[in-house]
Amino acid sequence: MTMTLQTNLQHVVTAADLQKTIEENENVMVCCGRMGPMCVPVYDIMEDLEKSGKYDHVVFQDMLFDNPEAHVIRNAPECAGFMGLPFTLYYKNGKVVEATSSIQNIDQILDIIEDKFAK
Amino acid sequence: MDSAKYDVIIIGAGPAGLTSGIYLSRAKMKVLILDSGMAGGQMVLTHEVANYPGYEGISGYMLSKNMKNQAEKFGCNIKTNIRIDSMSLEEEEKKISLSNGDTFTAKSVIIATGGQSRKIGAIGEDEFAGRGISYCATCDGDFFQDKEIIVIGGGNAALEEAVALTTYASKLTIIHQFDHWQAFESAVAEMEENPKIDYIMESRIVEFKGEQALKEVVIENIKTGEKYTKKIDGVFIFIGYEPRTEDFKGVIKMNDYKEIIIDAYFETNIEGVFAAGDCIHKKYRQITTAVADGTNAALNALEFLNK
Repeated sequence: MTMTLQTNLQHVVTAADLQKTIEENENVMVCCGRMGPMCVPVYDIMEDLEKSGKYDHVVFQDMLFDNPEAHVIRNAPECAGFMGLPFTLYYKNGKVVEATSSIQNIDQILDIIEDKFAK
Repeated sequence: MDSAKYDVIIIGAGPAGLTSGIYLSRAKMKVLILDSGMAGGQMVLTHEVANYPGYEGISGYMLSKNMKNQAEKFGCNIKTNIRIDSMSLEEEEKKISLSNGDTFTAKSVIIATGGQSRKIGAIGEDEFAGRGISYCATCDGDFFQDKEIIVIGGGNAALEEAVALTTYASKLTIIHQFDHWQAFESAVAEMEENPKIDYIMESRIVEFKGEQALKEVVIENIKTGEKYTKKIDGVFIFIGYEPRTEDFKGVIKMNDYKEIIIDAYFETNIEGVFAAGDCIHKKYRQITTAVADGTNAALNALEFLNK
Protein backbone atom coordinates (compact mmCIF):
# COMPACT_ATOMS: atom_id res chain seq x y z
CA MET A 1 0.00 0.00 0.00
CA THR A 2 1.31 3.45 -0.91
CA MET A 3 1.89 5.47 2.20
CA THR A 4 1.11 8.81 0.58
CA LEU A 5 -1.98 10.57 -0.74
CA GLN A 6 -2.62 11.31 -4.43
CA THR A 7 -2.44 15.10 -4.14
CA ASN A 8 -0.13 17.80 -5.48
CA LEU A 9 0.89 18.73 -1.94
CA GLN A 10 4.16 17.73 -0.36
CA HIS A 11 3.61 14.56 1.65
CA VAL A 12 4.66 13.81 5.20
CA VAL A 13 5.73 10.16 5.20
CA THR A 14 7.29 9.63 8.61
CA ALA A 15 6.89 11.09 12.08
CA ALA A 16 10.49 12.27 11.79
CA ASP A 17 9.59 14.16 8.56
CA LEU A 18 6.85 15.98 10.39
CA GLN A 19 9.12 16.85 13.30
CA LYS A 20 11.77 18.20 10.91
CA THR A 21 9.19 20.26 8.98
CA ILE A 22 7.71 21.89 12.06
CA GLU A 23 11.16 22.59 13.50
CA GLU A 24 12.43 24.19 10.30
CA ASN A 25 9.32 26.21 9.39
CA GLU A 26 7.47 28.80 11.44
CA ASN A 27 3.99 28.09 10.02
CA VAL A 28 2.91 24.61 8.95
CA MET A 29 -0.52 23.27 8.02
CA VAL A 30 -0.81 19.46 7.81
CA CYS A 31 -3.97 17.71 6.68
CA CYS A 32 -4.13 14.04 7.64
CA GLY A 33 -6.80 12.01 5.86
CA ARG A 34 -7.70 9.66 3.04
CA MET A 35 -8.76 10.26 -0.56
CA GLY A 36 -12.34 10.45 0.68
CA PRO A 37 -15.24 12.84 0.13
CA MET A 38 -14.62 14.92 3.26
CA CYS A 39 -10.83 15.08 2.84
CA VAL A 40 -10.32 15.87 -0.85
CA PRO A 41 -11.93 19.35 -0.68
CA VAL A 42 -9.48 20.32 2.08
CA TYR A 43 -6.43 19.21 0.06
CA ASP A 44 -7.84 21.16 -2.90
CA ILE A 45 -8.07 24.35 -0.84
CA MET A 46 -4.49 23.85 0.40
CA GLU A 47 -3.26 23.35 -3.17
CA ASP A 48 -5.04 26.53 -4.30
CA LEU A 49 -3.65 28.55 -1.38
CA GLU A 50 -0.15 27.26 -2.09
CA LYS A 51 -0.50 28.06 -5.80
CA SER A 52 -1.83 31.56 -5.12
CA GLY A 53 1.58 32.66 -3.82
CA LYS A 54 -0.13 34.75 -1.12
CA TYR A 55 0.70 32.29 1.62
CA ASP A 56 4.38 31.67 1.01
CA HIS A 57 4.95 32.00 4.74
CA VAL A 58 2.96 28.79 5.30
CA VAL A 59 4.09 25.24 4.46
CA PHE A 60 1.18 23.10 3.25
CA GLN A 61 1.57 19.32 3.57
CA ASP A 62 -0.59 16.23 3.84
CA MET A 63 -0.28 12.79 5.44
CA LEU A 64 -2.11 9.54 4.86
CA PHE A 65 -4.28 8.75 7.89
CA ASP A 66 -3.69 5.00 7.55
CA ASN A 67 0.09 5.37 7.50
CA PRO A 68 1.26 3.87 10.85
CA GLU A 69 3.58 6.88 11.20
CA ALA A 70 0.52 9.13 11.32
CA HIS A 71 0.09 8.10 14.97
CA VAL A 72 1.75 11.43 15.80
CA ILE A 73 -1.34 13.16 14.44
CA ARG A 74 -4.01 10.56 15.26
CA ASN A 75 -2.89 10.51 18.90
CA ALA A 76 -2.04 14.18 19.30
CA PRO A 77 -3.70 15.57 22.45
CA GLU A 78 -5.20 18.35 20.31
CA CYS A 79 -7.06 15.66 18.32
CA ALA A 80 -8.70 14.06 21.36
CA GLY A 81 -12.38 13.63 20.63
CA PHE A 82 -11.93 13.90 16.86
CA MET A 83 -14.17 11.47 14.98
CA GLY A 84 -14.27 12.93 11.51
CA LEU A 85 -11.72 12.89 8.71
CA PRO A 86 -9.55 14.72 7.92
CA PHE A 87 -7.63 15.80 11.02
CA THR A 88 -5.97 19.13 10.20
CA LEU A 89 -3.27 20.59 12.41
CA TYR A 90 -1.73 24.04 12.32
CA TYR A 91 1.77 24.35 13.82
CA LYS A 92 3.50 27.60 14.76
CA ASN A 93 7.12 27.40 15.87
CA GLY A 94 6.75 23.66 16.35
CA LYS A 95 3.64 23.82 18.52
CA VAL A 96 0.04 23.00 17.58
CA VAL A 97 -1.93 26.25 17.64
CA GLU A 98 -5.16 24.94 16.09
CA ALA A 99 -6.67 21.61 15.09
CA THR A 100 -9.85 20.81 13.20
CA SER A 101 -11.78 17.64 12.49
CA SER A 102 -13.78 16.89 9.31
CA ILE A 103 -14.31 18.95 6.17
CA GLN A 104 -13.63 22.69 6.30
CA ASN A 105 -14.40 25.33 3.71
CA ILE A 106 -12.05 28.02 2.48
CA ASP A 107 -13.49 30.65 4.82
CA GLN A 108 -12.90 28.45 7.88
CA ILE A 109 -9.34 27.64 6.77
CA LEU A 110 -8.49 31.25 5.91
CA ASP A 111 -9.87 32.45 9.24
CA ILE A 112 -7.39 30.17 11.02
CA ILE A 113 -4.45 31.02 8.73
CA GLU A 114 -5.08 34.75 8.97
CA ASP A 115 -5.46 34.55 12.73
CA LYS A 116 -2.74 32.06 13.73
CA PHE A 117 -0.25 32.64 10.91
CA ALA A 118 -0.62 36.41 10.55
CA LYS A 119 2.44 37.93 8.84
CA MET B 1 -5.80 42.00 -9.40
CA ASP B 2 -7.38 40.42 -12.44
CA SER B 3 -10.04 42.05 -14.59
CA ALA B 4 -11.38 40.47 -17.73
CA LYS B 5 -14.38 40.35 -20.02
CA TYR B 6 -16.03 37.03 -20.78
CA ASP B 7 -18.92 35.93 -22.95
CA VAL B 8 -20.32 33.82 -20.11
CA ILE B 9 -19.56 33.50 -16.42
CA ILE B 10 -20.75 30.27 -14.84
CA ILE B 11 -21.19 30.33 -11.07
CA GLY B 12 -20.66 26.78 -9.83
CA ALA B 13 -18.29 24.06 -11.02
CA GLY B 14 -20.41 20.99 -10.37
CA PRO B 15 -21.68 18.72 -13.16
CA ALA B 16 -24.15 21.35 -14.43
CA GLY B 17 -21.61 24.19 -14.48
CA LEU B 18 -18.82 22.12 -16.00
CA THR B 19 -21.13 20.77 -18.69
CA SER B 20 -22.24 24.31 -19.57
CA GLY B 21 -18.58 25.25 -19.71
CA ILE B 22 -17.73 22.37 -22.05
CA TYR B 23 -20.56 23.23 -24.47
CA LEU B 24 -19.87 26.98 -24.48
CA SER B 25 -16.11 26.79 -24.80
CA ARG B 26 -16.46 24.26 -27.64
CA ALA B 27 -18.66 26.88 -29.32
CA LYS B 28 -15.68 29.27 -29.02
CA MET B 29 -17.19 31.36 -26.25
CA LYS B 30 -14.87 32.87 -23.67
CA VAL B 31 -15.96 31.19 -20.44
CA LEU B 32 -15.11 31.71 -16.78
CA ILE B 33 -16.27 29.21 -14.15
CA LEU B 34 -16.23 30.26 -10.50
CA ASP B 35 -16.76 28.06 -7.45
CA SER B 36 -16.47 28.70 -3.73
CA GLY B 37 -15.30 25.11 -3.27
CA MET B 38 -13.52 22.59 -5.46
CA ALA B 39 -14.60 21.59 -8.95
CA GLY B 40 -17.19 18.82 -8.85
CA GLY B 41 -19.60 20.20 -6.25
CA GLN B 42 -21.58 17.51 -4.44
CA MET B 43 -20.25 14.96 -6.93
CA VAL B 44 -16.93 15.05 -5.04
CA LEU B 45 -18.79 14.03 -1.89
CA THR B 46 -20.04 10.84 -3.55
CA HIS B 47 -17.85 7.88 -2.73
CA GLU B 48 -18.84 5.84 -5.77
CA VAL B 49 -21.04 6.78 -8.71
CA ALA B 50 -22.56 3.61 -10.16
CA ASN B 51 -25.21 4.98 -12.51
CA TYR B 52 -23.41 7.52 -14.68
CA PRO B 53 -23.58 6.18 -18.25
CA GLY B 54 -20.24 5.12 -19.64
CA TYR B 55 -18.80 4.21 -16.25
CA GLU B 56 -19.79 1.03 -14.42
CA GLY B 57 -18.32 2.54 -11.30
CA ILE B 58 -16.23 5.64 -10.74
CA SER B 59 -15.47 7.74 -7.68
CA GLY B 60 -17.15 11.13 -7.57
CA TYR B 61 -13.69 12.64 -7.23
CA MET B 62 -12.42 11.07 -10.47
CA LEU B 63 -15.58 11.94 -12.41
CA SER B 64 -15.21 15.55 -11.21
CA LYS B 65 -11.56 15.60 -12.22
CA ASN B 66 -12.38 14.23 -15.68
CA MET B 67 -15.12 16.82 -16.24
CA LYS B 68 -12.86 19.64 -15.04
CA ASN B 69 -10.00 18.53 -17.28
CA GLN B 70 -12.39 18.31 -20.24
CA ALA B 71 -13.72 21.83 -19.61
CA GLU B 72 -10.19 23.23 -19.28
CA LYS B 73 -9.09 21.41 -22.42
CA PHE B 74 -11.78 23.25 -24.39
CA GLY B 75 -10.58 26.57 -22.98
CA CYS B 76 -12.64 27.28 -19.84
CA ASN B 77 -10.92 29.36 -17.18
CA ILE B 78 -11.85 27.70 -13.86
CA LYS B 79 -11.27 29.47 -10.55
CA THR B 80 -12.01 27.35 -7.48
CA ASN B 81 -12.09 28.09 -3.75
CA ILE B 82 -12.90 31.73 -4.43
CA ARG B 83 -15.17 34.07 -2.50
CA ILE B 84 -17.64 36.25 -4.39
CA ASP B 85 -17.80 39.69 -2.85
CA SER B 86 -20.50 41.30 -4.99
CA MET B 87 -22.63 40.64 -8.04
CA SER B 88 -24.53 42.86 -10.40
CA LEU B 89 -26.70 40.74 -12.67
CA GLU B 90 -29.50 43.09 -13.66
CA GLU B 91 -27.52 45.28 -16.08
CA GLU B 92 -26.83 44.27 -19.67
CA GLU B 93 -23.20 43.77 -18.71
CA LYS B 94 -23.12 41.42 -15.73
CA LYS B 95 -20.39 42.07 -13.19
CA ILE B 96 -18.92 39.79 -10.50
CA SER B 97 -16.26 40.87 -8.00
CA LEU B 98 -14.24 38.51 -5.86
CA SER B 99 -12.97 39.14 -2.34
CA ASN B 100 -9.38 39.32 -3.65
CA GLY B 101 -10.29 42.34 -5.80
CA ASP B 102 -10.64 40.52 -9.14
CA THR B 103 -13.59 41.78 -11.19
CA PHE B 104 -15.10 40.00 -14.17
CA THR B 105 -17.81 41.01 -16.63
CA ALA B 106 -19.88 38.99 -19.09
CA LYS B 107 -22.89 39.29 -21.34
CA SER B 108 -24.49 36.22 -19.82
CA VAL B 109 -24.35 34.33 -16.52
CA ILE B 110 -25.31 30.76 -15.73
CA ILE B 111 -26.09 30.01 -12.09
CA ALA B 112 -25.18 26.40 -11.29
CA THR B 113 -24.46 26.63 -7.59
CA GLY B 114 -25.95 23.23 -6.76
CA GLY B 115 -26.95 22.22 -3.27
CA GLN B 116 -25.54 21.63 0.16
CA SER B 117 -26.23 19.12 2.94
CA ARG B 118 -29.16 20.24 5.01
CA LYS B 119 -28.39 20.73 8.69
CA ILE B 120 -30.93 20.04 11.41
CA GLY B 121 -30.27 23.36 13.13
CA ALA B 122 -30.05 21.97 16.66
CA ILE B 123 -27.97 23.55 19.42
CA GLY B 124 -24.38 22.26 19.31
CA GLU B 125 -24.55 20.93 15.74
CA ASP B 126 -21.60 23.02 14.51
CA GLU B 127 -19.63 22.57 17.73
CA PHE B 128 -19.69 18.76 17.55
CA ALA B 129 -19.24 18.37 13.77
CA GLY B 130 -16.27 16.01 13.43
CA ARG B 131 -16.43 15.34 17.18
CA GLY B 132 -19.28 12.85 17.05
CA ILE B 133 -21.53 14.39 14.39
CA SER B 134 -20.87 13.24 10.84
CA TYR B 135 -22.44 13.63 7.42
CA CYS B 136 -20.42 10.82 5.75
CA ALA B 137 -20.75 7.16 6.74
CA THR B 138 -17.98 5.91 4.45
CA CYS B 139 -15.57 8.56 5.79
CA ASP B 140 -16.19 8.31 9.50
CA GLY B 141 -17.94 4.98 10.11
CA ASP B 142 -14.81 3.26 11.43
CA PHE B 143 -14.50 5.75 14.29
CA PHE B 144 -17.65 4.18 15.74
CA GLN B 145 -16.58 0.55 16.01
CA ASP B 146 -18.68 -1.11 18.76
CA LYS B 147 -20.27 2.21 19.67
CA GLU B 148 -23.89 3.26 19.93
CA ILE B 149 -24.98 5.73 17.29
CA ILE B 150 -27.98 7.58 15.91
CA VAL B 151 -28.90 8.19 12.26
CA ILE B 152 -31.21 11.12 11.53
CA GLY B 153 -33.44 10.90 8.48
CA GLY B 154 -36.09 8.76 6.87
CA GLY B 155 -35.22 8.71 3.18
CA ASN B 156 -33.25 6.20 1.11
CA ALA B 157 -29.87 7.69 2.01
CA ALA B 158 -30.59 7.57 5.76
CA LEU B 159 -31.85 3.98 5.77
CA GLU B 160 -29.16 2.63 3.43
CA GLU B 161 -26.38 4.34 5.37
CA ALA B 162 -27.89 3.12 8.66
CA VAL B 163 -27.67 -0.47 7.45
CA ALA B 164 -24.09 0.13 6.25
CA LEU B 165 -23.11 1.67 9.60
CA THR B 166 -24.17 -1.47 11.51
CA THR B 167 -20.90 -2.99 10.19
CA TYR B 168 -19.26 -0.84 12.84
CA ALA B 169 -21.87 0.17 15.43
CA SER B 170 -23.04 -2.09 18.22
CA LYS B 171 -26.49 -0.47 18.23
CA LEU B 172 -28.12 2.09 15.96
CA THR B 173 -31.24 4.18 16.43
CA ILE B 174 -32.88 6.02 13.55
CA ILE B 175 -34.68 9.23 14.45
CA HIS B 176 -37.21 10.51 11.91
CA GLN B 177 -39.46 13.53 12.11
CA PHE B 178 -42.47 12.04 10.29
CA ASP B 179 -44.76 9.09 11.09
CA HIS B 180 -43.84 7.34 7.83
CA TRP B 181 -40.68 6.58 5.88
CA GLN B 182 -39.82 8.42 2.67
CA ALA B 183 -37.59 5.61 1.44
CA PHE B 184 -38.28 2.79 -1.01
CA GLU B 185 -39.98 -0.28 0.47
CA SER B 186 -36.86 -2.36 -0.17
CA ALA B 187 -34.73 0.02 1.91
CA VAL B 188 -37.29 -0.01 4.72
CA ALA B 189 -37.45 -3.81 4.67
CA GLU B 190 -33.67 -4.19 4.80
CA MET B 191 -33.48 -1.74 7.70
CA GLU B 192 -36.28 -3.51 9.63
CA GLU B 193 -34.59 -6.89 9.21
CA ASN B 194 -31.38 -5.62 10.80
CA PRO B 195 -31.28 -6.70 14.49
CA LYS B 196 -28.97 -3.83 15.47
CA ILE B 197 -31.40 -1.13 14.28
CA ASP B 198 -34.18 0.47 16.26
CA TYR B 199 -36.14 3.61 15.38
CA ILE B 200 -38.00 6.51 16.91
CA MET B 201 -40.62 8.23 14.74
CA GLU B 202 -42.08 11.76 14.92
CA SER B 203 -39.09 12.98 16.87
CA ARG B 204 -36.09 15.22 16.42
CA ILE B 205 -32.84 16.11 18.14
CA VAL B 206 -32.96 19.61 19.61
CA GLU B 207 -29.57 19.69 21.32
CA PHE B 208 -26.16 18.02 21.16
CA LYS B 209 -24.16 17.90 24.41
CA GLY B 210 -20.66 16.84 25.39
CA GLU B 211 -17.19 18.10 26.21
CA GLN B 212 -14.33 17.22 23.85
CA ALA B 213 -16.69 14.90 22.01
CA LEU B 214 -20.42 14.32 21.76
CA LYS B 215 -21.83 12.49 24.79
CA GLU B 216 -25.60 12.87 24.65
CA VAL B 217 -28.49 14.32 22.71
CA VAL B 218 -31.79 15.87 23.72
CA ILE B 219 -34.63 14.30 21.75
CA GLU B 220 -38.04 15.94 21.38
CA ASN B 221 -41.23 14.13 20.51
CA ILE B 222 -42.71 16.44 17.89
CA LYS B 223 -46.30 15.40 18.65
CA THR B 224 -46.25 15.70 22.44
CA GLY B 225 -43.38 18.15 22.96
CA GLU B 226 -41.86 15.78 25.53
CA LYS B 227 -38.06 16.03 25.75
CA TYR B 228 -35.59 13.48 27.07
CA THR B 229 -31.85 12.88 27.05
CA LYS B 230 -30.11 9.91 25.44
CA LYS B 231 -26.44 8.98 25.89
CA ILE B 232 -24.81 8.42 22.51
CA ASP B 233 -21.37 8.09 20.90
CA GLY B 234 -22.16 9.49 17.48
CA VAL B 235 -24.83 10.94 15.21
CA PHE B 236 -24.95 10.69 11.42
CA ILE B 237 -27.19 13.19 9.63
CA PHE B 238 -28.79 12.34 6.27
CA ILE B 239 -31.71 14.69 5.77
CA GLY B 240 -31.13 15.65 2.18
CA TYR B 241 -29.91 18.75 0.44
CA GLU B 242 -31.03 22.32 0.01
CA PRO B 243 -30.25 24.61 -2.92
CA ARG B 244 -27.26 26.92 -2.48
CA THR B 245 -29.01 30.10 -3.56
CA GLU B 246 -28.65 32.52 -0.61
CA ASP B 247 -26.45 34.90 -2.62
CA PHE B 248 -29.23 35.49 -5.17
CA LYS B 249 -32.02 36.26 -2.69
CA GLY B 250 -34.04 39.30 -3.75
CA VAL B 251 -32.51 39.35 -7.22
CA ILE B 252 -33.36 36.00 -8.79
CA LYS B 253 -36.91 34.70 -8.50
CA MET B 254 -37.17 31.62 -6.29
CA ASN B 255 -39.91 29.46 -4.81
CA ASP B 256 -40.55 28.79 -1.11
CA TYR B 257 -37.90 26.05 -1.13
CA LYS B 258 -35.23 28.54 -2.30
CA GLU B 259 -35.11 26.84 -5.70
CA ILE B 260 -34.52 29.12 -8.69
CA ILE B 261 -37.48 29.41 -11.02
CA ILE B 262 -36.58 29.13 -14.71
CA ASP B 263 -38.61 29.24 -17.90
CA ALA B 264 -38.66 26.66 -20.69
CA TYR B 265 -35.33 28.06 -21.91
CA PHE B 266 -33.60 27.75 -18.51
CA GLU B 267 -33.64 31.53 -18.21
CA THR B 268 -34.35 33.19 -14.86
CA ASN B 269 -36.40 36.34 -14.33
CA ILE B 270 -33.36 38.34 -15.51
CA GLU B 271 -32.59 38.41 -19.22
CA GLY B 272 -29.28 36.73 -19.98
CA VAL B 273 -29.10 34.99 -16.61
CA PHE B 274 -29.72 31.26 -16.84
CA ALA B 275 -29.74 28.55 -14.17
CA ALA B 276 -29.06 24.82 -14.15
CA GLY B 277 -28.59 21.83 -11.88
CA ASP B 278 -29.62 21.26 -8.28
CA CYS B 279 -30.24 24.94 -7.57
CA ILE B 280 -33.32 25.08 -9.84
CA HIS B 281 -36.87 23.94 -9.19
CA LYS B 282 -37.13 20.33 -10.35
CA LYS B 283 -38.08 16.89 -9.09
CA TYR B 284 -35.04 14.67 -9.61
CA ARG B 285 -31.53 15.65 -8.57
CA GLN B 286 -28.95 13.38 -10.15
CA ILE B 287 -25.57 13.95 -11.82
CA THR B 288 -27.21 13.01 -15.12
CA THR B 289 -30.04 15.53 -14.70
CA ALA B 290 -27.53 18.23 -13.75
CA VAL B 291 -25.53 17.45 -16.89
CA ALA B 292 -28.71 17.71 -18.97
CA ASP B 293 -29.63 21.04 -17.33
CA GLY B 294 -26.11 22.33 -17.96
CA THR B 295 -26.41 21.44 -21.63
CA ASN B 296 -29.79 23.17 -21.96
CA ALA B 297 -28.64 26.30 -20.14
CA ALA B 298 -25.48 26.50 -22.26
CA LEU B 299 -27.28 26.12 -25.59
CA ASN B 300 -29.90 28.68 -24.60
CA ALA B 301 -27.20 31.08 -23.40
CA LEU B 302 -25.45 30.59 -26.74
CA GLU B 303 -28.64 31.45 -28.60
CA PHE B 304 -29.03 34.54 -26.40
CA LEU B 305 -25.46 35.63 -27.17
CA ASN B 306 -25.94 35.14 -30.90
CA LYS B 307 -29.16 37.21 -31.06
